Amino acid sequence: MHLRRVNPFKEILRPLGQLLIFIAGSAVVISAITLLLAVLLRPTRIDIDILQTTLVLLPQVLIDGITLGFMYAIIAMGYTMVYGVLEFINFAHGEFVMFGAFAGVELLIWLNAQGMLKTAELGLALVWITLAVLLGMVVAGSLAVTTERLAYRPLRGAPRLVPLIAAIGVSFLLQDTMRFLQSAINGDFYRTFPEFGPFAQRLTLFTVDMNGRPIDVAIQYKAIMLIAFGVVMLVALNYLVNATRLGKAIRSVAQDQKTAALMGIDVNRIIALTFLIGGALGGAAGVLWAFRFTRVDPYMGFIPGLKAFTAAVLGGIGSIVGAMLGGMVLGLLESFSAAYFSIFSRGAFGAEYKDIFAFGILILVLIFRPQGLLGGKTTQKA
Amino acid sequence: MRMRTVSLALLLILAMVVSACAPAPEPSAPAPAATEAPAADAAATEPPAEEPAAGEAAPAASGTVIKVATQSPLSGPQSVLGTAIKNGAQLALEQNSAKLQEMGFTVELAPFDDQATPDTGVANAKQIVGDPAVLCLVGHLNSGVAIPSSEEYHNAQLAMVSPANTNPLITTRGYPEVNRIVGRDDVQGVVGAEFANTEMGVKSVYILHDKTAYGQGIAEFFRQKAEELGMNVLGFEGTEEQANFDSVLTPILAANPDLVYFGGIYSQGGLILKQMREKGITAQFLGPDGLDSSEMANLAGDYVKDMYFTTTAGPLSLFPKAKQFIADYEARFGEQVQPYAAEGFDAMNICLNGIAAAVEANGGALPSRAQVAAAVRATADYDGITGMKTFNEIGDLTVAQYFVKQVKSSDPAEWGAAEVVKVLDIPAPASN
Amino acid sequence: MSAQATSTNRFLQIFSGPFGALLALLYAVGVTYVLTLDPRSLLGRLLLFSALALIYFIPQRPAVKFLLGAMLVLMVVPAIGLRNPFLLEIGFQVAVFATLALGLNVVVGFAGLLDLGYIAFFAVGAYLWAFFGSQQIWHVDEPPGTFTVYATFPFAAWWFWLFIPLGILAAAGMGIILGFPVLRLRGDYLAIVTLGFGEVIRVLANNLDKPINLTNGPQGITPIQRPPLPEFLTSPELLATLSRWAGRPINANDVYGFFFYFLGLLILGFTIIIARRLDRSKLGRSWTAIREDDVAAVAMGVPLRRTKLTAFAIGAAFSGAMGVLYAANRTFVSPETFSLTASISILVMVILGGLGSIPGVVMGAAVVTLLNIDILQSLSLQLSSLRQGPDLIPLLGIPWKELPTQLDPARYQRFFFGLLLILMMIFRPEGMVPAERARLELHEEEGEAIPDAELEGDLAPDEKLAD
Repeated sequence: MHLRRVNPFKEILRPLGQLLIFIAGSAVVISAITLLLAVLLRPTRIDIDILQTTLVLLPQVLIDGITLGFMYAIIAMGYTMVYGVLEFINFAHGEFVMFGAFAGVELLIWLNAQGMLKTAELGLALVWITLAVLLGMVVAGSLAVTTERLAYRPLRGAPRLVPLIAAIGVSFLLQDTMRFLQSAINGDFYRTFPEFGPFAQRLTLFTVDMNGRPIDVAIQYKAIMLIAFGVVMLVALNYLVNATRLGKAIRSVAQDQKTAALMGIDVNRIIALTFLIGGALGGAAGVLWAFRFTRVDPYMGFIPGLKAFTAAVLGGIGSIVGAMLGGMVLGLLESFSAAYFSIFSRGAFGAEYKDIFAFGILILVLIFRPQGLLGGKTTQKA
Repeated sequence: MRMRTVSLALLLILAMVVSACAPAPEPSAPAPAATEAPAADAAATEPPAEEPAAGEAAPAASGTVIKVATQSPLSGPQSVLGTAIKNGAQLALEQNSAKLQEMGFTVELAPFDDQATPDTGVANAKQIVGDPAVLCLVGHLNSGVAIPSSEEYHNAQLAMVSPANTNPLITTRGYPEVNRIVGRDDVQGVVGAEFANTEMGVKSVYILHDKTAYGQGIAEFFRQKAEELGMNVLGFEGTEEQANFDSVLTPILAANPDLVYFGGIYSQGGLILKQMREKGITAQFLGPDGLDSSEMANLAGDYVKDMYFTTTAGPLSLFPKAKQFIADYEARFGEQVQPYAAEGFDAMNICLNGIAAAVEANGGALPSRAQVAAAVRATADYDGITGMKTFNEIGDLTVAQYFVKQVKSSDPAEWGAAEVVKVLDIPAPASN
Repeated sequence: MSAQATSTNRFLQIFSGPFGALLALLYAVGVTYVLTLDPRSLLGRLLLFSALALIYFIPQRPAVKFLLGAMLVLMVVPAIGLRNPFLLEIGFQVAVFATLALGLNVVVGFAGLLDLGYIAFFAVGAYLWAFFGSQQIWHVDEPPGTFTVYATFPFAAWWFWLFIPLGILAAAGMGIILGFPVLRLRGDYLAIVTLGFGEVIRVLANNLDKPINLTNGPQGITPIQRPPLPEFLTSPELLATLSRWAGRPINANDVYGFFFYFLGLLILGFTIIIARRLDRSKLGRSWTAIREDDVAAVAMGVPLRRTKLTAFAIGAAFSGAMGVLYAANRTFVSPETFSLTASISILVMVILGGLGSIPGVVMGAAVVTLLNIDILQSLSLQLSSLRQGPDLIPLLGIPWKELPTQLDPARYQRFFFGLLLILMMIFRPEGMVPAERARLELHEEEGEAIPDAELEGDLAPDEKLAD
């Protein structure tokens, strides 16, 4: 088998470059639109200066949006991996996220009970959080593989609706399974991420002045960590898929299962591996989600899963860079619409409309580019 | 043809499974004829004629069964609170049904799961109403479920004691069966605003709420009063988010209010408080009784110190009975007391007292639902773990005590020790 | 055909001929007797349901089946419902959800367009009557939850009858509005966009309490008027007679229970008739064509755009009518009813019953509704009742008392539905009562004999009996 020589550095640098372009591009576009609106709407309010408020909030909203975008992007990659190979929406992906989150949080709660977290300095704290993420990846990854084996594999080749509905079933089943496990063991079924290390502190980037009152523009260490984990995972996944033998096998199975099998590729193994990778990404996202937002419960995965799914479709489902772009666009859009819609409409509408913006952009994109922003290569099949 | 076998087999198996289960509880539920007649009219002459039918099936001594139903979400995300209501009621029933037993009745709990959705709530209500043994109901958690369901209770003259519904509409419809042992949104929001204005000296406020009937209701009344008192309301924002409050909190940075008021439940409140402090918002924090849970401290850690909340539930120091309740509850169910457990306990006791009073008034015979409803409504000076309860003519508490508490410790175990900074006795608003 | 299939035939053959009809009648009478003994027993309700299913399956002439089914649905249920109104509520909810499931079936089953936001059309109908049939019009400038209830309404109650067709129109209009942008989308993309649409409608319902208070936000709209009852139905004499029969006081509100039960059945009946006509019409064949292969369908001259749009519009229309009825029945509408989970559970009904199969979908709706509001709840109640007694768990020897409440079946509703969905998809993707085409497609290798299919076609009974 002929293996194309790939330059490993290129495969690492390229997605990094793309990522930077995506972040910068979508941030600039959305900021420009917002500022334009602010200028236009400025005369409508006399109680506050819309333009000034917009400018003051802008950096913070951008940081929040990018952080959220990374969360969505990581989850969306799990969707996209599975879709790329099987052309099947794994509706239960959000539940893998949830299982990963619980695994990580349980580990940390246990460590905390042993008194090992209280004293942790930055270095040790990093070790613990990395351990938790890894455990989340292992648990969610193995859950994904098990699910594939038990629920999805028997359905391969069936009409498209069939596995999709089974996946909805898996999603419901897993939610209540975790609920059962938690309430049988702990009595309650929600857990709290234990606070440790210096992650809650903020790094003040700069200070802006608002009518003589200084407002810090800051980024939490948590958010920095989250972005760091996100970048590592994006690059690693991209490298795996585009520059390794395994990735080649995955891509060939995605292209044509029968031919791949004829070429000596164990299709079942590759599909299981795809689920393992997708699930592991979901599990990592779950632990990071808990890390950032503190509380985990059996129903937590559903909405982020849905959003990430939207992001994957937005970017062009089946494409890894598409998932990154989709996640970023969605994260920024949500962040901007939630922060500014109320200010721009004099409180007539509010942050709750952010989902309408999210789905609205999805519909718009799909009308004009039914294959998603970057989904040029994969045509949709009914 | 095969699918017919399968479908039929499934149905038959289902029927068999249920029929196998059914006989077991049968003895405790008397044959319908025995209890239906007394429910229709309170005449004490009919039951004896039918009694043997029930007597044969049931153990001779147990006598007529009276059921008290509970309705609250036992499944889904809100089941923490719903289960607390059910458990509290169950504890009360286990501890205090002796009096009715002496009168010759067996008292049973019939816990229903309303799933926090109106559909299920109404369907359950019909089932509850259709069971003549049910004489009183404790429920619900959500006003959105309680309002349509109580139409059914009203129709069947079944007494309902609500442990949690604060929506004014619950009682303002003037149904003689519908009562509540908690305050009203329109009072609690007002109490919060007045406290913020006079005691905290707040000039500007940013209001958040959780887009539920409860949270938004309170927040609306808070805003009305705050504006009336001349406070500057800088924002009024709802969010259904469960975890990520970044984007609703960022505008608060620019608005720079003295106070952030959150109308909603602790599960979001704790995270909002934590995330807003982490963002560097230093405004004071105030909320309604939905925040009254040790889970606040779990979620927000050190940040809960010095936050305020208004509540109708009195602290341990004011209600010594509560200490016993907490010990009993934890021993019985093996979990911490959650919000509304004490209210569930009190609501059940009011139900039991009402039934007992109706039995006495009825000369020891099984009372009708209307008689029980009247007896429940006549509840006066019931000394519960959440305060003295007397119902007024529409089923509100005549005088509800409202407390403003300030959290002093970030330790969840010491949540109950939150300091009472103000106690207000406020009569129920006139019915309108 | 396998031996098993023949034996089924033999089992059902018992019910053929005049003797069989008598046997079925006897079964129905037996069920009725069980229900009269104890109108509140779960067993009775399950037997009733099994009797209806049996009547659907037996080899009898449609007229006989119709008669038997009508006897149960139109006479036995109301009669027992006098004593146990819960039965009527189950009947009403089954009718509501069966109509919704039939509407979704037009979109997903007939036309093959996966719609995950179907509940939105139900919401449109419900909010339409909720807005005009309540006092909300007078409160559009007041924040939610702060206003009082008046004694009069802007629209008289009889407007309800006009709003049923209006609800149909509004929902159909929404169907077309949704249909236009998604015309080009297929499969998974369609699924996510419709899901988004459903969420958008719910978010709007939850948030349009400002700047203009149209929906009253999360507080929901109440009170909503019910249509006026004809006077003879609420006459004191009739109520007194009914009370005597029922052994409990029957008032005008109880009469509404019957009213909505029959009205629900009526709308369901219409829906079934329309769905059957559509299935066999030219339009129905066009839907099948675009479902199977839209490129080929277009080549054959099927107008793709119009065919898809009519599927959305007709599917939506069914639920629009039910929405109006639902709002009036509940006298209360709030956004919680229209969640994504509701959309999914309607999809579950369709899938469980059999995609594209009208009797299947009705049966699926009945099974899911029964499981949801009756069976799981009743099992939990019986467990709770056992837990309060001194008995021991058989085999284990532990007292019921010590069984943790965490194990209540009612708490694991999603678990059961999830498991059901997965198992159905693996072992029986065509549903309980499959559509002919789906069964042939999914079991090609089993090579079922064609005459069998024809036989079934001949016997196609009136689906009304299956509800």
